[in-house]
Amino acid sequence: MGYPYSHEKEVRLISRGFGDPAARTLDGWKAMGGYEGLEKALEVGPSGVIDEVKASGLRGRGGAGFPAGVKWSFMPEKGERPHYLLCNADESEPGTFKDRELIRWLPHQLIEGCLIGSYAIGAEHCYIYLRGEFFETTQVLARALEEAYAAGYVGENILGSGVTIDITLHVGAGAYICGEETGLMNSLEGRRGLPRVKPPFPAAAGFFKSPTTINNVETLSVVPHLLTNGGEWYRQWGTEKSPGTKLFCVSGHVRKPGNYELPLGFPMMELIEDVCGGIRDGNELKAVIPGGASVPIMNVSDCLECSLDYEGVAKAGSMLGCASVIVMDETTDIVKQVRRLVQFFSHESCGQCTPCREGTTWLTRILSRIEDGRGTEQDLDTLLDLGEQMTGTTICVLSDSAAAPVASSIQKFRDEYLALIRRGERVGAA
Amino acid sequence: MAENGQTQETVTVTIDGREVEVPKGATILEAAEGIGTRVPHYCYHPGLSAPAQCRLCLVEVEGAPKLQPSCVTPVRDGQVVHTESEKALQMRQGVLEFYLLNHPLDCPICDQSGECKLQDYVFAEGRKHGRSREPKRVFGRDDFGGDVLFYGDRCVMCTRCVRFMDEMEQEPLLTVVERGSRSVIDTFFDRGLADASFAGNVVDICPVGALVSKDFLHKARAWDLDHTPSICPNCSQGCNIELHTRDDLVQRLKPRENQDVNAHWICDYGRHRYEWMNRGDRIEAPLVGRGGGRRATGWQDALEVLLAGLEGAAGPVRVVASASASNEDLGTLAALTHALNGEGAVFRSPRAADEVALPGFPKLKRRRDLVPNRTGAELLGMERVGEDDGSGGLTEARDHEGVLIVLGDELPDQDGEFGARAELYVHLGSYPSAAAQAADFVLPITTFAEQEGTFTNFEGRVQRFWPGVRAPGAARPAWLVLGALLARLEGRAPETRPAEAFGRLGSLAAEFQGLAYETLGTRGALVNEPLRIAGDR
Ligand SMILES: Cc1cc2nc3c(=O)[nH]c(=O)nc-3n(C[C@H](O)[C@H](O)[C@H](O)COP(=O)(O)O)c2cc1C
Ligand code: SF4
Ligand code: SF4
Ligand code: SF4
Repeated sequence: MGYPYSHEKEVRLISRGFGDPAARTLDGWKAMGGYEGLEKALEVGPSGVIDEVKASGLRGRGGAGFPAGVKWSFMPEKGERPHYLLCNADESEPGTFKDRELIRWLPHQLIEGCLIGSYAIGAEHCYIYLRGEFFETTQVLARALEEAYAAGYVGENILGSGVTIDITLHVGAGAYICGEETGLMNSLEGRRGLPRVKPPFPAAAGFFKSPTTINNVETLSVVPHLLTNGGEWYRQWGTEKSPGTKLFCVSGHVRKPGNYELPLGFPMMELIEDVCGGIRDGNELKAVIPGGASVPIMNVSDCLECSLDYEGVAKAGSMLGCASVIVMDETTDIVKQVRRLVQFFSHESCGQCTPCREGTTWLTRILSRIEDGRGTEQDLDTLLDLGEQMTGTTICVLSDSAAAPVASSIQKFRDEYLALIRRGERVGAA
Repeated sequence: MAENGQTQETVTVTIDGREVEVPKGATILEAAEGIGTRVPHYCYHPGLSAPAQCRLCLVEVEGAPKLQPSCVTPVRDGQVVHTESEKALQMRQGVLEFYLLNHPLDCPICDQSGECKLQDYVFAEGRKHGRSREPKRVFGRDDFGGDVLFYGDRCVMCTRCVRFMDEMEQEPLLTVVERGSRSVIDTFFDRGLADASFAGNVVDICPVGALVSKDFLHKARAWDLDHTPSICPNCSQGCNIELHTRDDLVQRLKPRENQDVNAHWICDYGRHRYEWMNRGDRIEAPLVGRGGGRRATGWQDALEVLLAGLEGAAGPVRVVASASASNEDLGTLAALTHALNGEGAVFRSPRAADEVALPGFPKLKRRRDLVPNRTGAELLGMERVGEDDGSGGLTEARDHEGVLIVLGDELPDQDGEFGARAELYVHLGSYPSAAAQAADFVLPITTFAEQEGTFTNFEGRVQRFWPGVRAPGAARPAWLVLGALLARLEGRAPETRPAEAFGRLGSLAAEFQGLAYETLGTRGALVNEPLRIAGDR
């Protein structure tokens, strides 16, 4: 079953069940082989689980792409403080809409992933931090969690194994920065959602200063399949360094936007032209932001040879991030788009770091002025210089993210800026 | 070697080409400051946690891919740090430009001007001209309650003030509201800093003019103020302070760091009790004679006559002292009393019902004894009498028929009959008092703010203070006046330096033995005998 579109080139491992209301229920999930991974995990023990996840080469799907098994192995031996698994369901990156679909259609898949992850790192408590605006999603997940508790998959003595794992849902207040892992921890602790200086890293001192692992919804949703089928099985898709499949959230000027689960390494142009049915209205492709709002923008020539895996997108000068592919056609006013993106970051900056707090706002103001036709060529130099000041100088990478689209768009679409500055010519204006 | 005698592990780092050995675990910023290399910073404060958020203290560390926040990056053996490299300088210049984006540049009317870290850093390292052409964001002003006024547009969002209230006072009365460049410091609705006991410190640690003191508002320019190291006279904690003076008037009190006493902080109670140091109603010349026959005279004359009086007096000597007088004043008084075969002195001192601790540095308490030198007075054999409001206890002194000496007690609860029956009544004081009406000698003495000396705090720490304002008229330190009398009685030359008056203390009380005035320095030293403290001080 497809939701809302599907394509034959898709490999539906974690999105099998999208669009099928039955898959939401415990019985539906079990009919799909659900909770077998959990049983397997309890059989092979925590280190066995970590070995399997390591073998799969699964990389974190929250944006940074850090190998999940390796992250889990950073957790210390059990000590005085409890261990925690936090599931990051704050999904707020513009262009990203995969986690909420994973939860909405397959809540038990995530619950099972959380249980296996908790078991692997010795956590008896897992928190799922949900974005504040996810009303329906939260309801679906809460209902599934109740079912799972009632069936003995969650809570004390899971499946008679003597293992206890509780899962708590926590709804945030709708701040992008609470998706940053340490900001999320502060928020969950009841503080302001301010990212923390690292070190200490979460595995050493995270949630309530306890050893903590944090993973994205998609990352954890893959895990049950790795236990059921084995880690090596996952490597039949994707590339050596980017194994497996990935949900691509395609938005923008394509005919069929939506979530598509494809093997990593899938060609970008094939995704746009074939899977998504091409550019709307027969227009020309102009630009792509391949990994959510926070990565550098690509022009057409960058896209042509680009394969959608972590390495391939990096080679093309951007980042895969969370694989949110924002497609823009020739009618797009790049200056306006970039201004809008930067404005988002300026609105969402937590405001701790001076370069981010002041820089994101300043960038927005300069871009708005250019957009209004009151820009100067010198502004472009200032923008680039500010971008440099904001990169690699702050506590978290939101600052870098805000700078990335600005610098890359000036580099790739300088003519468009100049046309606006010099002659008042605007793309998209009649 | 650490103070406790254990060897501390050290590492060697190179900062701007200078090799230094520093304790393991120190931060780069601490190591740099240790060799006099200042790394600009706002959010870091040695008394608070370090959030590493202002990003001004970023330095280049060889081998690290990015600039490192020196306030939280620990030193490593062999580390090579550049605080002045091109990258670091460029970064700082950039951050400083960010700070000025929305800053109103109202230095001419800002109280912080002249002691402002934004002014200093921008002047030293900032761009000549900012590049921003955008309108400025405006927050305006807010009354935070208590003595604190907030100028939002000057704030550099270092959160020192928020962290002070969280970590030190542990009453989170300030917070950051909103986020991003809309972030602003605020109180919780109408609950302001008036509820706090240490909030004045947020004004001190605010690196810019965003938090200012209402009391000090537009009173003086920072560059016109003289700073004198001193000791807070308002309780027996003995917080280390500075007197900030202009034209011989104390304008404000500021804390002076001393980790053994008050760290970087002082209490609001103490901070705001300085106006008395500026009192204009002073005794300015020695007065000799009772009633209508009283005349002003010079010291030489007054002391000659007084000496004759003392030598001719037959009755016993009774003394009323003050725990606000210095150790030197009280020591000289005690020695003189001995020489005259008098009894031990009594003193009165106000005592509060409770003490008020700073939870984040609990050693700092506004102590119950609201005088600076109760311990000193008691070590010198003086006895506290009277009530906790500082009154009473003087029935015997009032009607004493022999020689009566009063030092430093204004005797506000007494009238003109006080000492009227005395054979000889000597009143050493700073202010005119009805109770000095019957005195045969009214001798003008200086306040602690006008003289050099020491106080002994609640735990027996002897601490020095220095004169910050000039004495009015002929007022002299009591130790000098009494010392001159004593020297004459003993037939020797008088002491002329406070160190000499201090030197006598050891012979009066064993606890002072081994302490030398010169080596007390600015941090003070504990008396050498274990102190038996009566009650909680
Ligand atoms: C500003 C910012 C926002 C982020 N938002 C999210 C988010 O909404 N969801 C998410 O999973 N990761 C987000 N991340 C990434 C997380 O910090 C973290 O890397 C991730 O949750 C780790 O999970 P993974 O290893 O499974 O990818 C964000 C990072 C930054 C810097
Ligand atoms: S970079 Fe921006 S969002 Fe991240 S901690 Fe600093 S101010 Fe906050
Ligand atoms: S008011 Fe002062 S101390 Fe508080 S955050 Fe602003 S600049 Fe820092
Ligand atoms: S605690 Fe005592 S000594 Fe310290 S400032 Fe307050 S009154 Fe002065």
